[in-house]
Amino acid sequence: MNKLRGRVWKYGPDINTDVIIPGRYCHITEPKELAKYCMADLDPEFVNKMSPGDIIVAGGNFGCGSSREVAPLSIKATGTAAVVAPSFARIFYRNAINIGFPIFESTEAYDRINEGDEVEIDPDAGEIRDLTTGETFKSGAFPEFVQEIMAKGGLSRYAEERLAAGV
Amino acid sequence: MGMTITEKILAAHAGKDVVRPGEIHMVKVDVNLANELSAALAIDEFKKIEGASRIKDPKTAVFVPDHFTPNKDITTAKLVQRVREFALDQEAIWFEIGRAGIEHCVLPQNGLVGPGDLIIGGDSHTTTYGALGAFATGVGSTDVAVAWAIGETWLKVPPTIKFVYKGAVRPWVVGKDVILFTIGKITVDGATYKAMEFHGEALATMPFASRFSMANMSIEAGAKNGIFHVDELTREFLAGVHKEGYTEYQSDPDADYDDVIEIDVSDIEPQVAYPSLPGNAHPISEAPKVRVDQVVIGTCTNGWIEDMRQAADVLRGQKVAMGLRCIIVPGSQIVYKQALKEGLIDVFAEADCIVSTSTCGPCIGGHMGVLGDDEVCVSTTNRNFVGRMGARSAQIYLANPAVAAASAVAGELTGPESIVGSRAPVPIDREPVAA
Repeated sequence: MNKLRGRVWKYGPDINTDVIIPGRYCHITEPKELAKYCMADLDPEFVNKMSPGDIIVAGGNFGCGSSREVAPLSIKATGTAAVVAPSFARIFYRNAINIGFPIFESTEAYDRINEGDEVEIDPDAGEIRDLTTGETFKSGAFPEFVQEIMAKGGLSRYAEERLAAGV
Repeated sequence: MGMTITEKILAAHAGKDVVRPGEIHMVKVDVNLANELSAALAIDEFKKIEGASRIKDPKTAVFVPDHFTPNKDITTAKLVQRVREFALDQEAIWFEIGRAGIEHCVLPQNGLVGPGDLIIGGDSHTTTYGALGAFATGVGSTDVAVAWAIGETWLKVPPTIKFVYKGAVRPWVVGKDVILFTIGKITVDGATYKAMEFHGEALATMPFASRFSMANMSIEAGAKNGIFHVDELTREFLAGVHKEGYTEYQSDPDADYDDVIEIDVSDIEPQVAYPSLPGNAHPISEAPKVRVDQVVIGTCTNGWIEDMRQAADVLRGQKVAMGLRCIIVPGSQIVYKQALKEGLIDVFAEADCIVSTSTCGPCIGGHMGVLGDDEVCVSTTNRNFVGRMGARSAQIYLANPAVAAASAVAGELTGPESIVGSRAPVPIDREPVAA
């Protein structure tokens, strides 16, 4: 997987999927349309100030609450390259993996990286480098099965292989 | 070493004798639920899966349109149309409004979920069915689509936290208070990736619906699932909905728990979760007397008949405060009809409440009761996040139906005793015997 590089937007802990994409927009399924409302109830300026390739660094339990897959979809649709957090709520975690959106777990990265820093992530090495401060952080490794899903490009590709094999 | 009830259900569905926390397995799905929002996205994804055209086992696929129904506008009407056409074409189980209600009340009441089942749903509150001794967890739309295609899903076996509730609940205290107290104690990520297994003598001192409320809100502590063991009350509920042929699993005495937490419920007052996290739980006696604009009673957390009875017990002969809206949302058509039969709808109407059709509308800030700027709402729903029920500046206090009803009458956040005095609450676990 290619290295990711972008500017950091930083948020606190327990960011729930309602503030990422409020219920009033949950009937939208078109990614471009969803992108317009990303972070609407957390930081309405986010979509105006961010640039594609930027990286979100947030506190623990990121993506808690509703199972809405439009939450990671809307973040992905803005062009955000990845989310780094000490931990992810479990449904957000599996949604991100299933749709092939990169997420990285690191407590240190959240503690040390500042908003506006330039960060580079090497997904294969699990390394998060803060180019502004020169510090490097290691992200936790994903379980083998999860890595397999990510390498295939999402859960649906796994399903296709199963269907093709007739098992 | 033995296994927990969660591990046993996962093992049975993975075709294994033993599973251990941390392992990832492909498991057979017994029931795969989607509402119109998760279904719409899942249908798009399903159509992209090469080799998938029909749902592998359509009798496991359940569709309940409940979030923006009755359709809010043309956009949501079109969305529901699309989902309806797909569900009917696939010969899956489709619940039309008028025969349905909110998904998490509809499935148990129609005997579609039972002990030992493995249920996934495109809605985080799918955890509700753990009340019946099932493994039930929320997933996303891609998960739903893939399970339609192959009949299985991937799950990581969670470690389990055992909660032992001792003592007997105080008057007016129900499962909602016990789970708010519990989340307050362990915090909103206190059970992330884990199973919450509920035990203890106190469970028998609460109406059965309390278990649905507790399992429902286990996700608010980050849990993968919340689960109860089957007992006489469970069997009675299942007989009432004609559910047969299920498997009762039991945690082994030597099962391994991540943690064991004991809570004496006799110490717990009715709880209120202040804005803007469900874990901000405080006893009602310490709650500020904030002025309230709207009260919502019902939905998937507290929309059961027991909840309607508790609200009616406070609202009987009272009037909602001037300038306040009180919206009652029975969890399903079945609950609505039972409430009609028991005269509870009359009580609500006479108290100047609005009785709404069963919908998730107000809870998700979708329709049928959206909050404006700076408004304050006391709600029996499950989330008080910023913007959850409408404007970003609106404030949501979560509580049980008695506290919500009392607040509706007083016009400010307060407990039931300030309305009805010190009399004992009427029993809510049984239909009242006609005089």
